[in-house]
Amino acid sequence: MDLFLLEAVANAGGAVGAGLAAMGAGIGVGQIGKGAVEAIARQPEALNDIRANMILTAALVEGAALFAIIVGFLAMVI
Amino acid sequence: MTSRLMKSFAVAVFSIFSLAVSLQAVASGGGEENDSTKKKSFNAQEVIFGHILDGHEFHFFDIIHDDGTHTPVGIPLPVLLYSPQKGFDVFMSSKFHHGHEDHDGYRLLTEEGLKKLEGKGIEVKKEGLSVGKIIAVDANGNWDKSVNLFDFSLTRNVVQMILALALLVWIMISIANKYKKGIGVKTAPTGMQNLMEPIIAFVRDEVAKPNLGNRWEKYLPYLLTVFFFILINNIFGLIPGTANVTGNIAFTVVLGLISLVVIVASSRKYYWGHIFNPPGMPLGIKFILVPVEILSFFIRPMALIIRLFANMVAGHIIIICLISLIFIFAGLNQYAGWGSSIFSIAFTIFIYFIEILVAFIQAFIFSMLTAVFIGQAFEEPHHDAHAAH
Repeated sequence: MDLFLLEAVANAGGAVGAGLAAMGAGIGVGQIGKGAVEAIARQPEALNDIRANMILTAALVEGAALFAIIVGFLAMVI
Repeated sequence: MTSRLMKSFAVAVFSIFSLAVSLQAVASGGGEENDSTKKKSFNAQEVIFGHILDGHEFHFFDIIHDDGTHTPVGIPLPVLLYSPQKGFDVFMSSKFHHGHEDHDGYRLLTEEGLKKLEGKGIEVKKEGLSVGKIIAVDANGNWDKSVNLFDFSLTRNVVQMILALALLVWIMISIANKYKKGIGVKTAPTGMQNLMEPIIAFVRDEVAKPNLGNRWEKYLPYLLTVFFFILINNIFGLIPGTANVTGNIAFTVVLGLISLVVIVASSRKYYWGHIFNPPGMPLGIKFILVPVEILSFFIRPMALIIRLFANMVAGHIIIICLISLIFIFAGLNQYAGWGSSIFSIAFTIFIYFIEILVAFIQAFIFSMLTAVFIGQAFEEPHHDAHAAH
């Protein structure tokens, strides 16, 4: 394939990958927020525990999305 | 008259730190006659990579003169080179004049230097050459491939890590001495103890005790060390103009490997039995499960490594991208630049506060997951039919 076209395809692949990762992470963080809000509504006295776990899980989901972003980035650079 | 445009990320706005050292740096950087870079438009990629990668100097900003030449302002750092052919060499990185001059048969590669090498028919990517790398050159200015060069320089990551470490050790030893004298034990804590005691208690109560059972006391020193070391490096990296230490893959790989060693050192027979001979499984499933378990043994520290690395790099890139937007718009139109700067700076401050939160969260998650994995490693078998999975 033409080298110029190859680079364009690689860039597009990286961008699409980053977008998909952002979508997945968005769904994941949304689910966490939903679960946390419902749990707080049911048990307001457990607010602190729920908040700590919510932030921890959100950070884990974000980490998974960032793996994908790094891979997308590598697709563009290498 | 020289028009001064603060390019790179607008360090001077935020940081007193850079102002304190810039006068001295101008003295060393400003007096260079040969420092003539051709006028070029703003290159966001170059600025971003110049920040997130390691380097031989602390770079704060460029002063752009009317004729289009740049004067970079920063602190030069020592370069320490060894090769069997030429022996040891120690000099300051300012001798390279930001890659415009060779020093003593060594050359600091820049974008232009790489292009020149490419023009001579050297396949730069294949040879592993990149911007910021030091190569040996012969008298004619050609790359001397026969010299086997090892670079032990105190780069900005190393210098900043040592500074952070010194500060951390000083804080910890001073508060430990206070506790030894009885301050904070029988009386109310004073000074720095007020800051550190809640964090130490948090790591003990939230990280060590729930995951490590009755052996938490043995692992608490390691968990606290990892937590505070990552935390202080994260926070140091957020000071504008400093290096991106925790966003360096080498740094996080070493931390991850140390965690792996601790996990293996604290493992018991049951842990290895769980990997190589999962209890209560039919033989057919073992063929699938054992490779998966072996893989997960390596993936767990790998996830620790990449999570910290990716989070810190991504945070730094987002901040610089937002600042770079101002200069990209200013390249189109001066007023667009001024107009976009309001939104860019507002967003940057917002992301900046999120990054301070992330600095704590990542330190917490790293030590938390290390504690979870250590807890799994010395777990004893449950004599419960449901737990044996």
